[in-house]
Amino acid sequence: MEIKMVNLTKIFISKGKKEVHAVDHVDLVIPSGKLIGLLGPSGCGKSTTLYLIAGLLRQTEGQIYFGEEEMSETPPEKRGIGLVFQNYALYPHMTVRENILFPLENLRVEKEEAKKRTYDMAKLVGLEEMLDRKPKELSGGQQQRVAIARALVKTPRVLLLDEPLSNLDARLRLQTREEIKRIQRETKITTVFVTHDQEEAMSISDEIVVMKDGVIQQMGEPQAVYDKPANLFVAKFLGNPQINVFDGEIKNKEILIEGMVVGKKDMPDQKIFVGVRPEAFVVDNENQASFRFKVDLVETIGRDTTLIFDMQDDSENILDKKTFKAIIDAGFRIKADDIVHFNIKPDKMHLFDLNGNIL
Amino acid sequence: MEKKNNLRAWLYLAPLLILMAVFTFYPLINAFIVSSYKGYLPLSGTADGIDLFYNYGVILKNPLFKKAVINTFIIAGVSVPISILLSLLIAVSLKSIPKLKGAFQTIYFLPYVTNTIAIGMAFAFMFHEDYGVINLVLGWFGINPVNWLGGTATYAAQMIALLILTIWNGLAFKILVFTSGLENIDKQYYDAAKIDSASKWTVFKRITVPLLSPLILYISITSVIGALKAYNSVVGLFGDVKLGAQNNSMITIVAFVYQYKDGYTDKGYISYAAAASIILFFITAVISILQTIVSKKRVHY
Repeated sequence: MEIKMVNLTKIFISKGKKEVHAVDHVDLVIPSGKLIGLLGPSGCGKSTTLYLIAGLLRQTEGQIYFGEEEMSETPPEKRGIGLVFQNYALYPHMTVRENILFPLENLRVEKEEAKKRTYDMAKLVGLEEMLDRKPKELSGGQQQRVAIARALVKTPRVLLLDEPLSNLDARLRLQTREEIKRIQRETKITTVFVTHDQEEAMSISDEIVVMKDGVIQQMGEPQAVYDKPANLFVAKFLGNPQINVFDGEIKNKEILIEGMVVGKKDMPDQKIFVGVRPEAFVVDNENQASFRFKVDLVETIGRDTTLIFDMQDDSENILDKKTFKAIIDAGFRIKADDIVHFNIKPDKMHLFDLNGNIL
Repeated sequence: MEKKNNLRAWLYLAPLLILMAVFTFYPLINAFIVSSYKGYLPLSGTADGIDLFYNYGVILKNPLFKKAVINTFIIAGVSVPISILLSLLIAVSLKSIPKLKGAFQTIYFLPYVTNTIAIGMAFAFMFHEDYGVINLVLGWFGINPVNWLGGTATYAAQMIALLILTIWNGLAFKILVFTSGLENIDKQYYDAAKIDSASKWTVFKRITVPLLSPLILYISITSVIGALKAYNSVVGLFGDVKLGAQNNSMITIVAFVYQYKDGYTDKGYISYAAAASIILFFITAVISILQTIVSKKRVHY
């Protein structure tokens, strides 16, 4: 089921009577059968967007369509959605079986069929042995899977997941991540999931939607968004370690950082931001490449070495120093205080104007 | 070190323990003792001897005591479930009108801070056959005036009046407890129920009531105990002499105890009162225990 949002806006009135535009004129089409990650820092409106799709919040303006059908005024119980809450919201007094059965009972599904569907769903999430347990007798990951089963058992048209992995420990998170992806592939239900964790979003989504201040910044396949960020915010938000942002300029069709040439660009002279991914640095000491800096700190972990450096030495306080990171192959023997020359891979370097828009 | 702490603990407990010893434990034990005297006269301190079961035998045969037990059971059996259900529904509806909630909470709480006798007198006036507002309202629906409390009132009429008073009087505290209980239920359960297409009634039945079940148990035990001790409402509605539209027609166990206690100058009467109060004590204890056992299967957490 394709989800279409047209001019969707949600305004909250805060205590000081100030209007907060949690979701601001969003136009978005979520393709049918895909797993979409809604990504952004906290307070960016991603959860609000999810609750608007669910109908638990009512939009201030705009429309929502499921396929051709307008859903804008439809109450949540009639939208045919499944929703997995951040804290799962399993009914604590019901067993796993009763939790999964509950939506079917409300939809008046015939008893035998409901039983069968409950069992099948429990099997899909690998909990058929746990049907008679209460939620509190389950681990976090199992509770999470019950929540998914409860959301899926009524064969919803759309599955919505609100920060589904944030309450799990690191190992379980990886495992559940794969699980969600597998279940989505098997059921082929259009799935929207909200997260602030860019790695999580990038690893399981077919497409990601990056939001900030209620506005969509960019949508696309994870790698495409990473490779071609639409603006400085997206570039900074995706990738760990973060992209390095240098103050630079274009002069005589050359890109300069601190007066050092790092590339060419056919554009009029202007001041710019140069975003360089940590993996974009290529050591080139033999040719004495123009871009060079003194290394402050070297961290070698496994196959990668991270070089930490700063450009200006004028700041006294170490915390005020704007540091940069370069990730290079661990084979290079580099010590702190060495001066290293670099070439920069052009496809890993992004130029932004001073408003943060891509050039 | 441990010994010192023990001493301190006892010291902290002492004020309550002493009060309870004087006003609860001693009277309870004393009631047992008095209930075993035969022909006891408290003024002279004389008795015809000790017989553990004599007084129980006498009052169990007493038709007035039977009436008192039946009345008390009707009051407890009818008023408690109705008032719990009503207060639950009111608490849930209050939740859906957040703006007016404060005002309504105050209104519903007023009975709690009002004297039961005063409420009883107000109700007595409302139930008056000729001038009462109840008959006035019934008249709008073409129902002939009912003689609720007058000398010739039927048993059913006066019991209904008494029950309405008891239920109304008990609502305030229950609503308060349930409202605060509802505040503690995570809102996500209700969102989840909406997503699961549950109707309002299903939500009430399957989510709200089970999640409130510990409170419902607490309220049902305390209100059954309270209802078994019914006395004030009868006095308020009928006065402490008649205890009913006809003499003693609405008598309760506690009222029975009072009557016989007041007749202490008659030989053995105080022992009848003591025996009746001990019976009430055991009825209360047994019902409370039964409630706890039954609800263990139904209360979650």
